[in-house]
Amino acid sequence: MDLINFEATELRLGLPGSSTDEPEIKSTTSPVNTNKRSSPEMDSNVSDENGSSRSPPPTKAQVVGWPPVRSYRKNILQGRKSDQPEMGSGMYVKVSMDGAPYLRKVDLKVYKSYGELLKGLQEMFKCIIGLYSEREGYKSEHAPTYEDKDGDWMLLGDVPWEMFITSCKRLRIMKSCEVIES
Amino acid sequence: MMLLQPSMDPNRKRAKSVDRVDSVDSGSESFESTRKCGFPDEVLERVLSLIDSHKDRSSVSLVCKDWYNAERWSRRDVFIGNCYSVSPEIVAARFPRVRSVTLKGKPRFSDFNLVPEDWGADVHPWLSVFSTAYPFLEELRLKRMAVTDESLEFLATNFHGFKALSLLSCDGFSTDGLKAIATHCKNLTELDIQENGIDDLGGHWLSCFPESLTSLEVLNFASLNSEVSFDALEKLVSRCKSLRVLKVNRNVSLDQLQKLLLHCPLLMELGTGTFMQELISGPVTEFKTMFSNCKNLVTLSGLWDTTPLYLPVIYPACASLTFLNLSYATLRSDELANLLAHCKSLRRLWLLDTVGDKGLEAVGSCCPLLEELRVFPADPFDQEIFLGVTESGFVSVSHGCPKLRYVLYFCRQMTNAAVATIARNCPDFTHFRLCIMNPGQPDYLTKEPMDDAFGSVVKTCTKLQRLAISGLLTDRTFEYIGKYAKNLETLSVAFAGSSDLGMESVLKGCMKLRKLEIRDCPFGNAALLSGLTKYESMRSLWMSACNVTMNGCRALAKEKPRLNVEVMRDEEGSDDSQAHKVYVYRSVAGPRRDAPPFVLTL
Repeated sequence: MDLINFEATELRLGLPGSSTDEPEIKSTTSPVNTNKRSSPEMDSNVSDENGSSRSPPPTKAQVVGWPPVRSYRKNILQGRKSDQPEMGSGMYVKVSMDGAPYLRKVDLKVYKSYGELLKGLQEMFKCIIGLYSEREGYKSEHAPTYEDKDGDWMLLGDVPWEMFITSCKRLRIMKSCEVIES
Repeated sequence: MMLLQPSMDPNRKRAKSVDRVDSVDSGSESFESTRKCGFPDEVLERVLSLIDSHKDRSSVSLVCKDWYNAERWSRRDVFIGNCYSVSPEIVAARFPRVRSVTLKGKPRFSDFNLVPEDWGADVHPWLSVFSTAYPFLEELRLKRMAVTDESLEFLATNFHGFKALSLLSCDGFSTDGLKAIATHCKNLTELDIQENGIDDLGGHWLSCFPESLTSLEVLNFASLNSEVSFDALEKLVSRCKSLRVLKVNRNVSLDQLQKLLLHCPLLMELGTGTFMQELISGPVTEFKTMFSNCKNLVTLSGLWDTTPLYLPVIYPACASLTFLNLSYATLRSDELANLLAHCKSLRRLWLLDTVGDKGLEAVGSCCPLLEELRVFPADPFDQEIFLGVTESGFVSVSHGCPKLRYVLYFCRQMTNAAVATIARNCPDFTHFRLCIMNPGQPDYLTKEPMDDAFGSVVKTCTKLQRLAISGLLTDRTFEYIGKYAKNLETLSVAFAGSSDLGMESVLKGCMKLRKLEIRDCPFGNAALLSGLTKYESMRSLWMSACNVTMNGCRALAKEKPRLNVEVMRDEEGSDDSQAHKVYVYRSVAGPRRDAPPFVLTL
């Protein structure tokens, strides 16, 4: 097995996707984050004037209306995240698996059917994943689900493959026992 | 008859007056009346009708009573920067022969959800008055106004010569309103729909253009989501021989676009639909000649979803492009570099920060004539995905593009030194809008506040008219602005300053200030009241999440009855003594009569 793959399957306590020698991170100092308020009603930044010390990365608490990007553009970009390929002409979506400490990415364009996708995922996560069927219930310990364009979490397999790949924003492999029957 | 001027006696020294429909007059002078010097009114009117600039017309109207009258009779275009500064009745009374109206409504921060819905700026009262005063109205351009389908229908059916409608950042209407316009406006030359809060009920509106309509010159529906009938679109485009601007939406495919382009070789501005095909096996070669007939194309936008495979299709059109809007195309640096190598004539360029600093290096090396650059964040709320662009990209551009006048730059890190270099390289800035996306972030290398950055901009760029500041800023920034930015007209401030002194410095020093918008700054009543004598010469002041109280606002309102001092309540109504959102503007129309319950006019 080549070294890169080995590294990828290594279990670690770090954040998903992080590693000690990420090539993408610039060697310059990363943005300093001062303890800025996250709510517009709080007091101003007077106290932090004098060379703020490095603080942990900010929470993603969003300030209303900041950064000043018009709603139209914001909505386009949010929609884009789902169907815009991030690399080349592939259609990469994030895949998370319950219990795994890091996420992966798969290119949906590489597969022609659900069967192929599940096979690929099984190889990636070293587990058995099965589609749900009305008759037989869950065929395995893990159930594949996905988030669609509307933000809803759906079970894989109900819609035709072509429709699925255009509406799938991300995948999540859940434990079958945790899937709530609809 | 209601006149705007306090006195029309031409012998009196004319004081600076707030009674203007349009932008700030450039100064006050005293004039002697000229005798009727044998100059027939018609000749004077004819001469004055050649003057287009609103500022010049304002000045002209101040010369004397004759000139005031000649100017008002020859005025064809009216620009109203704040719809509440004047009433439609006053406008109609002063200018009897208007053909074109531009109206702006809500405060700019409404674009960022800081103004509640139903705030106002309804266009309908204007349309009602205009239907009797200007039945021959031809053009209406609205920005940040509340527009309903009923209003659009009213417009379409009451103004028989109506030609041009432009809606930017408006809300309250749906595509049904567009149906009315398409159906009834027999002489329509322009339909320009941009970035509105529109309820998109489908693309049927486009099919409502009758076969007899051949006058369209401008059609922009790029921001609408629903698919229109391609057949109807193609027929419309082919029968409108004077079409010079066509911006379609994302649903129009590449081969559909190719068909459209065959029908409009005179096109000057094009907004494409989706710029790739699903089936990668489809030949790209069939699109290679798509742009070779577009000899007049100067503006290109859209390019949704474009990929390295399809982007080169536009290369044949690039040499003559002056404006390229790539702000909806997630290009990488190499794709941009390859593209820009063909775009030597670019004056204006809009990008997404996915191009990175490397992409901006390409801008610097390929576009020496560049005057305007806007770099938007692809991921404003999620720092995980892209770092985006940094100070180094901006510096690269400044080295290669010394003619830069207008910049809007979203980034996650900046230094004082970089901005100083940029200002030195590009001293001609008129618009400098820098958004460091993390509020209150200092120079990431020195950890100092970003005061010196903006100090260098205002010191070096003497022509600066518009400034937006960000990052960690103390009162020093504002002292610099007040001291040096003598031509500044618009200032946007967020999460900045240390005390009242900041705002006071600006109000005291910036003689030409017209619009001041402030959010989340420690400026209180003293700062607010320091501008007492200034606000009447400004269009408006916005302050939200600052330290201003109701008492401060009341004091201002009491001293200045010709200002409307409006306070917007928070829903929580937590602290009634704090004035959470304050909007102050001059008006000859008195307090608003249509204010919703949450807007209090003091």
